[in-house]
Amino acid sequence: MPGLEDLYREIILDHYRNPRNRGALETPPAVSADGHNPLCGDEITLFVLVEDDIVADIKSSGQGCSISQSSASMMTQAVRGKSVAEAEALIHHFKHMMSIEDHHHDEPAEAPALGDLEALQGVVKFPVRIKCAVLAWNTLSQALESA
Amino acid sequence: MFDLSKIKADFPHLRREIDHSPVIYLDSANTSQKPAAVIEAMRSFTEQSYAPINRSAYRMAAAATDAFENARSLVASFINAGSPDEVVFTKNATESLNLFAQGWSRQHLKAGDVVVLTHMEHHANIVPWQMMVAERGITLRWIPLTDDGHLDLSDLDNILDGASVVSFTSMSNVLGTMNPVREIVQRSHDAGAIVMVDACQSVPHSVTDVQAMDADFIAFSGHKMLGPSGIGVLWGRPELLDQLPPLQGGGNMIDDVRLDTFTCAPVPAKFEAGTPPIIEAIGLGAAVEYLSSIGMAEIRRHEMELTQYALDTLSERFGSDIVIHGPRNVEERGGVLSFAFRDLHPHDVSQILDERNVCVRAGHHCAKPLMRLIGANATVRASLYLYNDTHDVDILADALTSADDIFGL
Repeated sequence: MPGLEDLYREIILDHYRNPRNRGALETPPAVSADGHNPLCGDEITLFVLVEDDIVADIKSSGQGCSISQSSASMMTQAVRGKSVAEAEALIHHFKHMMSIEDHHHDEPAEAPALGDLEALQGVVKFPVRIKCAVLAWNTLSQALESA
Repeated sequence: MFDLSKIKADFPHLRREIDHSPVIYLDSANTSQKPAAVIEAMRSFTEQSYAPINRSAYRMAAAATDAFENARSLVASFINAGSPDEVVFTKNATESLNLFAQGWSRQHLKAGDVVVLTHMEHHANIVPWQMMVAERGITLRWIPLTDDGHLDLSDLDNILDGASVVSFTSMSNVLGTMNPVREIVQRSHDAGAIVMVDACQSVPHSVTDVQAMDADFIAFSGHKMLGPSGIGVLWGRPELLDQLPPLQGGGNMIDDVRLDTFTCAPVPAKFEAGTPPIIEAIGLGAAVEYLSSIGMAEIRRHEMELTQYALDTLSERFGSDIVIHGPRNVEERGGVLSFAFRDLHPHDVSQILDERNVCVRAGHHCAKPLMRLIGANATVRASLYLYNDTHDVDILADALTSADDIFGL
């Protein structure tokens, strides 16, 4: 069995204790999307402000476990200031890292840099937690579709 | 005679080790492990006696039918039913509750008729009724909770006034609260209501006497009481089972079929369309024999002692860092311990416990309305059964302390 140190990396716990980009944005102009994990009751609400095809601002609220909350925090950090296309590429890339999506054929040859998100790699070894890690990302997909 | 080491040895899966250390199974309110007697009864029936029931005339089929009906008789005796015909085999308690909610509503309830539920119900005793609100226009009323996790019966007479049906749990699967079933049944009957008891959490853990309980219907699942998954029970008073229409049509449930009409078989066959869970019924029969050989009163006594030990141990070791929901008095509760540990999310607590092979449930326990009332999205739930001991509780407590190392609290 993989050790818990694979799951609870320091950077994950840091984002869990001190989540970045918490809060809400005014809708409109921002859009919001709700995601929840019926298995464990985790809930997230994302607020995304898209301006000129750029994710100009993003905030998250809700509650959940360390994995879902840290993933949400890192996700907001990673996509803030990116173009919508870059954000979507990052979603695919992250889901691929979580082993739930194959690489897109039309994805740019160079994978986007994951930065802190690399720390979530260990989640793959704990299959029941993958849903926690991707909750924020699925919710981001919904939000971008409605933006 | 309650011999805990012998009981533990009866459960092959509890002897299993993961990473060279034993499994500590504390998730029996979810589903129970199976004793060798149940596994062996199902295996030997499958190998040596399996055949269709209620259909074919050869000797093997007749013997299989007898074995199936013998299982029904064993279950009937286990709950002190007046007759085996009062025992309907279903898939699980959820199906039993749906069978009653849908059938009774369609046959006997009209728009505005009142069904009373409680705030501590499992989704299986809420959603079927909500579906009937949409379909039949019935009205739901709710018995609320007190702050200490009991049903608040202070306004019960008003709530019951004019009610057609009362459907409530004998024991909360989240709080562990054991409800005053006979009192609620009696007062519901006095108000003229038909009463269903969701007995899923109490039948596996204490003496069940449907005649003393005096309800009109009860529902429970085989898999929570040492039996296999795939079989459950709806018990009902014979005259009321006659008034309940079947949900499914098909083979076995008919008396006669013509091109333009059919007539139903008598109860219980009326509710058992198609080939039933035959092997599972044999397993459930073996499960109630096993439980009876130990004694339900003995099992209840053991669980009360162990629940007291768990309440004391967790409170002593963690003080205000642990909040255990539900009544403190073990006379009023079963061995279901839902708790919050520090400010850790239950999913993380469960993950840390799993590292020590401690199996608990983390989540909303299929009781989201209740979870909202107690102000938790989720809890950790450790649930005890006859095969658990103080060592299991000690390992649970030890494993909780390792949360310190990981989350640095």
